[in-house]
Amino acid sequence: MGVEFLYPEYEVIRSTDRCIACRVCERQCANEVHSYSAERGAMISDESKCVNCQRCVSLCPTRALKIVRSDCVLKANANWSNDTIREIYKQANSGGVLLSSMGNPKSMPVYWDRILINASQVTNPPIDPLREPMETRVFLGKKPDRMTRSPDGRLVCDLPPQLELSMPVMFSAMSYGSISYNAHASLARAATELGTYYNTGEGGLHEDFYKYGAHTVVQVASGRFGVHEDYLEAGAAIEIKMGQGAKPGIGGHLPGTKIVGDVSRTRMIPEGSDAISPAPHHDIYSIEDLRQLVYSLKEATEYKKPIIVKVAAVHNIAAIASGIARSGADIIAIDGFRGGTGAAPTRIRDNVGIPIELALASVDRRLRDEGIRNNVSLVVGGSVRSSADVVKAVALGADACYVATAAVLALGCHLCRTCQTGKCNWGIATQRPDLVKRLNPDIGSERLVNLMTAWRREIMELMGGMGINSIEALRGNRLMLRGVGLNEKELEILGISHAGE
Amino acid sequence: MSRYVIIGNGTASVGAIEGIRSVDKTGSITVISEEDRPAYCRPLISYYLEGKTKLENIGMRGADYYSDSAAELLCGRKAVGIDADRRTVALDDGEVLPYDRLCVCTGSSPFVPPFEGLGTVEKQFTFMTLDSALGIEKSIDAASRVLIVGAGLIGLKCAEGLTGRVASVTVCDLADRVLSSILDADCAALMQRHLEEHGMEFLLGDSAVRFDGNTAYMRSGRTVGFDVLILAVGVRANTSLISGIGGEVNRGIVVDERMATSVDGIFAAGDCAEGFDASSGGKRVLAILPNAYMQGHAAGVNMAGGSEVFDKGIPMNSIGFFGLHAMSAGVYEGEMYEERTDTSIKRLFTKDGLLKGFILIGRSERAGIYTSMIREKIPLSSVDFELLKRSATTAAFPPESRRKMFGGAV
Amino acid sequence: MKRVYVNEEWCLGCRLCEYNCAFANSGLSDMVLALKDKPVFPRIHVEGDEKITYAVSCRHCEDPVCVKSCIAGALSKENGVIKADPDRCVGCLTCVLVCPYGALAPGENGVMLKCELCLENSCGEPACVKGCPNRAIVYEERGETA
Repeated sequence: MGVEFLYPEYEVIRSTDRCIACRVCERQCANEVHSYSAERGAMISDESKCVNCQRCVSLCPTRALKIVRSDCVLKANANWSNDTIREIYKQANSGGVLLSSMGNPKSMPVYWDRILINASQVTNPPIDPLREPMETRVFLGKKPDRMTRSPDGRLVCDLPPQLELSMPVMFSAMSYGSISYNAHASLARAATELGTYYNTGEGGLHEDFYKYGAHTVVQVASGRFGVHEDYLEAGAAIEIKMGQGAKPGIGGHLPGTKIVGDVSRTRMIPEGSDAISPAPHHDIYSIEDLRQLVYSLKEATEYKKPIIVKVAAVHNIAAIASGIARSGADIIAIDGFRGGTGAAPTRIRDNVGIPIELALASVDRRLRDEGIRNNVSLVVGGSVRSSADVVKAVALGADACYVATAAVLALGCHLCRTCQTGKCNWGIATQRPDLVKRLNPDIGSERLVNLMTAWRREIMELMGGMGINSIEALRGNRLMLRGVGLNEKELEILGISHAGE
Repeated sequence: MSRYVIIGNGTASVGAIEGIRSVDKTGSITVISEEDRPAYCRPLISYYLEGKTKLENIGMRGADYYSDSAAELLCGRKAVGIDADRRTVALDDGEVLPYDRLCVCTGSSPFVPPFEGLGTVEKQFTFMTLDSALGIEKSIDAASRVLIVGAGLIGLKCAEGLTGRVASVTVCDLADRVLSSILDADCAALMQRHLEEHGMEFLLGDSAVRFDGNTAYMRSGRTVGFDVLILAVGVRANTSLISGIGGEVNRGIVVDERMATSVDGIFAAGDCAEGFDASSGGKRVLAILPNAYMQGHAAGVNMAGGSEVFDKGIPMNSIGFFGLHAMSAGVYEGEMYEERTDTSIKRLFTKDGLLKGFILIGRSERAGIYTSMIREKIPLSSVDFELLKRSATTAAFPPESRRKMFGGAV
Repeated sequence: MKRVYVNEEWCLGCRLCEYNCAFANSGLSDMVLALKDKPVFPRIHVEGDEKITYAVSCRHCEDPVCVKSCIAGALSKENGVIKADPDRCVGCLTCVLVCPYGALAPGENGVMLKCELCLENSCGEPACVKGCPNRAIVYEERGETA
């Protein structure tokens, strides 16, 4: 191979006035960007290896470092962007499918940002959440259509199994394997402390985390990795993963290099073997097949646990959701096209699926229209970035949101989008012991709890402004939303009026 | 109220005061000091000559130490006899002090061989006390030629202290190497080279046999002219008070692990005592400061009715000359592991699955980890000795040992 | 008494503690001024290998063998904190020879520098603890070793 035509994307700018050559950057960079030159008596950098994760920047004790985008660029071209050309070079070099991670970074519409929230003025007073009780608790699961009484006139209270959340947010699926033991420990501990749930993803449940089972959603995906009776029994709910927003229609592939030690044991596959999750579940080709799996899992757990079916937001999501709502599932989770991933083919991540805002609105309307909305709860994910996004999602019809990218950001992720390399300098998306230990779950769980506590406070403020004191009362209340800069079609799908209307 | 008498006022004596006071706050303590000053850090006398410490910093404890400790210090007085039956100590001025418990901390004295013509030497000194250091200081000037007889720890520290203040320092020793009590031949050669680079001259395997005024006549036949003579041939433990009453004395006053002598009610500690050597398993005079303090402390505790055993004493030394440090501990027996460069030597001695001794020259980092391996008899099989021999580090210990060491109050 | 403890499970071996220590004890208000282009003499040292790292500083032993062994009376214990008096220390390294933790090392001029818990410098609390990015070093009260 001759010249690869790949030039450093970033520059490491080191202030020689400030650098004390403590070499902390060198010790902390798994990509081996920094090194000390004894000859020069100074730190030097190989910026071609830099992924811009900012680990060195954050640990530099004298703030001597910054990472900037290289201004060495190809000739400007509105059609052939630098990134596009770079991808061509990469593929011409390797012949391989391009791999990426985290969510779609492309400049596509973010509908959350085109939706505004109402507030009460004069005729209906706002509520001060610091003075009045506010209810952010939600219950996920099948709700009865009507009250029923026994022959002796007593109320029948045999509610199907429910998940109780202290606030309408859960941590969504990230497998042990794609993320580290300490990341899982942080999520599990935070979910427990917060009174919400985290999700195992398709990696099984490490034996150390069974004690957090009451706050764990255990996932059953197409590879069935780590699924066994105790695992199903351990969780508070079981999620059947049909698809993922970052890579709808394809399976997963955790390379054998990450299947080491406890990961292998937890997944119940040999060390070093690739963990390949097929694109489809090979036993599910219809809603009827799905129903069989839903009921198999219910049977296995004596109908004590709600079953979640997770799908990616794709074009005919409303019809798919309608089918799922009739399959016996208790909860439908929908993952939008901006959802994150530890690794996905770039073209899939960036070009497949639809925005979660539109998917949610159309699913909620469809289920209401068909009179089956109470059959299921709706959970949405795929880039819920703030408490405002949560409030907007609830008003569009969601019972709760799934967050993962926000959670890993809280753990220290800097969205460098190189999870697939396994060299996460923040100890999150890696299995290298020296890197995993960088995430102390004492700190991680504390930061997650802080983040969610802050969101919950903000949610209460936003609710109070609308004059709503229970989050359940906001669900599907689209009158609380207005669009800005959206066209008629978009407003129609979202089921909201334009601002000023 | 118990009456405690301590003969001597060095490190062991201070240890004994502090040992007594850790148990008994009220009993009377009387300290008999031949030297006319409060306890001072005896090894500092060479640093004083060298200018590395000042007279006001040489005291072992603060100005109010004796009053704070409720101890009476009798300065410039000498104990001349013990009556073990009556439990009294006779002083040189005729005073008789009664005691309930007595601690002998008389240390050691320089040994001066009967050189012919020694009386003709005008400026001659030994090097054991602050007074001797002050006397030397008065006797020297920039033109002085100093001859030191004895290339042991005392002689060489004295030589280092004088280097730069006098015209020349020559050290002779009958032994064929410097520091023969703590270094083997290779290590001594390295240290000698370093000392020579800093201006010392050596006449080894050779010693003075006769003096005549300012000339030393050597065994080899050569003559050495000098202005100041310092005799640092060796020391002898001061044991006569105990041997005089029939107590068990060997090279030092024999003590058990509680520092009790063979005479009821009498303890001994420090350079005059011969206690247990954990590295060799036998009894030995361990004439080094840390042992003196710890023996004194143990003696004090036991004198006051408490219980303290000191059986962890080992020979060890840390001594530096012109920036090059030599550390040693234990005994040099068994298999040797060695690392050496032009300016450093590390030698570890292992036997029966234990670290028995070491010599480190120019490599002092974390040497205490090796020392504690010897002292605590930590089996080599319980550590990663491959790592440990290259680097003194607790990383070679199993995690549970480290947890014990670093995980709680110690 | 509160002491500095290191949890090796979380120590990254980044050595920030060493630099924070040296800075806190430099008497200067600017880390660059204090440490740039100079040899650094921290009172805490990271040890270990590729797998395990941990920082070692003075344990402030209840029965400190270093204090007992000091030939110059330079080491003392005040309110549980073992302190070194640089005016008295003559750099004989006997304390290095006896400390079973390997916690002591001499400074630039050969006299001992040791952790005094930053109680009297500008940091006011152990700088190693304050600056540890992974909470591997903590300053707390612990009972006897479990």
